[in-house]
Amino acid sequence: MMGRAAHQTFEGMPRMNEAALANESVELAELTELVRAIVDVHAADGGPLLPVLRALYGQLGEIPATAIPLLARELNLSRADVFGVVTFYRDLRGRPGARLTVRVCRAEACQARGADALLGHARQRLGLDVGDTDPDRGIGLDQVFCLGNCALGPSIEINGTVHGRVDAARFDTLLAEADHD
Amino acid sequence: MTERLTVYVPMDTAARSVGADEVADGLGAAFGDQIHLVRNGSRGMLWLEPLVEVEAAEGRVGYGPVRPSDVPSLADALRGDGRHELLLGPVEALPWLSRQDRFTFSRVGVIDPLSVEDYLAHGGLAGLRRALSQTPAEVTAELTGSGLRGRGGAGFPTGLKWQTVREADSDVKYICCNADEGDSGAFADRMLIEGDPFSLIEGMLIAAYAVGAGEGYVYIRSEYPAAVEVFRTAVRIAYGHGWLGAAALGAGLPFDLHVRVGAGAYICGEETSMLESLEGRRPVVRAKPPIPALSGLFGRPTVVNNVLTLATVPPIFAVGGEEYARRGTGRSRGTQVVQLGGNVANGGIVETAFGMSLGELVFGFGGGSASGRPVRAAQVGGPLGAYLPVEQFDLATDYEAFAEAGAMLGHGGVVVFDDSVDMARQARFAMEFCAEESCGKCTPCRIGSVRGVEVLDHIIADQDRALNLVLLDDLCELMTEGSLCAMGGLTPLPVRSALRHFPADFARPAATPPPPPKVRLTDRHPAPQHDEEATR
Repeated sequence: MMGRAAHQTFEGMPRMNEAALANESVELAELTELVRAIVDVHAADGGPLLPVLRALYGQLGEIPATAIPLLARELNLSRADVFGVVTFYRDLRGRPGARLTVRVCRAEACQARGADALLGHARQRLGLDVGDTDPDRGIGLDQVFCLGNCALGPSIEINGTVHGRVDAARFDTLLAEADHD
Repeated sequence: MTERLTVYVPMDTAARSVGADEVADGLGAAFGDQIHLVRNGSRGMLWLEPLVEVEAAEGRVGYGPVRPSDVPSLADALRGDGRHELLLGPVEALPWLSRQDRFTFSRVGVIDPLSVEDYLAHGGLAGLRRALSQTPAEVTAELTGSGLRGRGGAGFPTGLKWQTVREADSDVKYICCNADEGDSGAFADRMLIEGDPFSLIEGMLIAAYAVGAGEGYVYIRSEYPAAVEVFRTAVRIAYGHGWLGAAALGAGLPFDLHVRVGAGAYICGEETSMLESLEGRRPVVRAKPPIPALSGLFGRPTVVNNVLTLATVPPIFAVGGEEYARRGTGRSRGTQVVQLGGNVANGGIVETAFGMSLGELVFGFGGGSASGRPVRAAQVGGPLGAYLPVEQFDLATDYEAFAEAGAMLGHGGVVVFDDSVDMARQARFAMEFCAEESCGKCTPCRIGSVRGVEVLDHIIADQDRALNLVLLDDLCELMTEGSLCAMGGLTPLPVRSALRHFPADFARPAATPPPPPKVRLTDRHPAPQHDEEATR
């Protein structure tokens, strides 16, 4: 009965609803295929979940919630297992729309060289707080605890590339260069 | 063209962070085929990076720090008599290097990291060959006799650990290398992997032979993409040469090596958390016992060692355990790879026998602060290590001496601070870091760290200061005694050492109105939707 009532509610716009549904199932089918392909590559590994998640993230830039039941099924795990792992790691938190991700090191060695002031500058310059992404400009700002460049701090990382001895002026230059590429 | 000049430009991440790639590209463009350009690891004199070296009659001659804009004038100098304002002279004669005892780091910065020829020409595989001529029991005994202790921080005798795994009854055993070097101030693991990756592979092969393991994992943090790339290439080359695989080194020792990459979680540097991560589970720490040596990866006996520990094994077997044990002091035998970082003029790698004083390291090698202001403190051993005031810099690098002083030598990372540091802020940061990185399994760490930030905020804001100091002390006691692992258990170390040595910083009038006590929680993944169909 509920189903029929619900159907009637959408009667005025059946085409749109169908189109949306069709689109979603196509996406789900594609996602299923992608998950299967990645799992196949890592099938022989011991404890393959993390490499599989890293590969999926590498393809999509996020781990969509819809992937969790698919991963669970393909890897013979519970959804809770997969969810628990996905939510644990900083690297697996999605930054949809971030073409440029700037991470400022906030660990002690960089603090000793003025990391806090640099982060303050980065916030102001980008108009973003730590952990925020601006999808319109495609820029995300985040903190990181140690890039292993402790003698040449303060350090930042832009899209995986580490830069040392960064002051406010060099930050602006590096950002402009990266934005230009 | 027989006189083709050999020029070295490091490909180490630290050198690249200040322009080594641009310098290498510039030299390549200026000389083309006229020079043989080698991308080596870093010599560890990081304030001189990018350090360009040129093969000359008197040995390798250095120029540094070379900025990309210096390349044209450097190119002119190399075409001429070699004189240049950045000329440093023969690199190995520089006091900073000649006063060191490069044992674990003997090849780092010297060789092309991925050249098998270079590796063999500089003593590679000598240790493994000698180890293979002994029985596994002799190998573990010699390692115990060498006095080598875990370089990851805990300092457990490596030979004893291996012996436990060797004697464990199991047909499957593992060697796991912990390369999740997340501690601030520590970068030697990264530099070794980027600068001499085969030594780690060789160390793991000796471990595998000694304990009877057929498979190994190296777990590298994702913040080190260059190290991951270099090491993956090194593993591929090692397979190609038959060092790894079905018959490793032709000795009929099957050993497979897998490279795994972390995903941004500090706690995965804790050994049991790392094992959980490798198994594909949520990496919360395990309670011990059972120890990983008996029940480790997938429940099997497992050697878990740090990068430097494993990479030190081959040279130990090359020279003999007794020879290694001749270096050092007390129960800290051999050499310590000290990493000088933070606000230090001359930062980098100082490898010497244990027993050198902190002052000699920070002032003798480090040249004091980078800012030119007086040095006030150093934090040794990472974010879980104590802050030591400059008055205590006579302390020697020795596991026991540090423990006695209420500090921790850890992995030998030394982070220097000048007199502008606010130690109350540093204490607060220690708690904030713990709150951010706690795995959440045990309450003292998960909740204690959040409360620690709040209590320190109250102290800094001069709210009921005396009472809050009592509360903080109680909280530190609880975290120390009640936490499952070193994360919660050692976070009080920087907090309490800051309080003990720098009480004035906790007694300042509040400069600003009290901040709202909060810890910023990072965004979490949205909760899963519960639909009946997919519920298991």
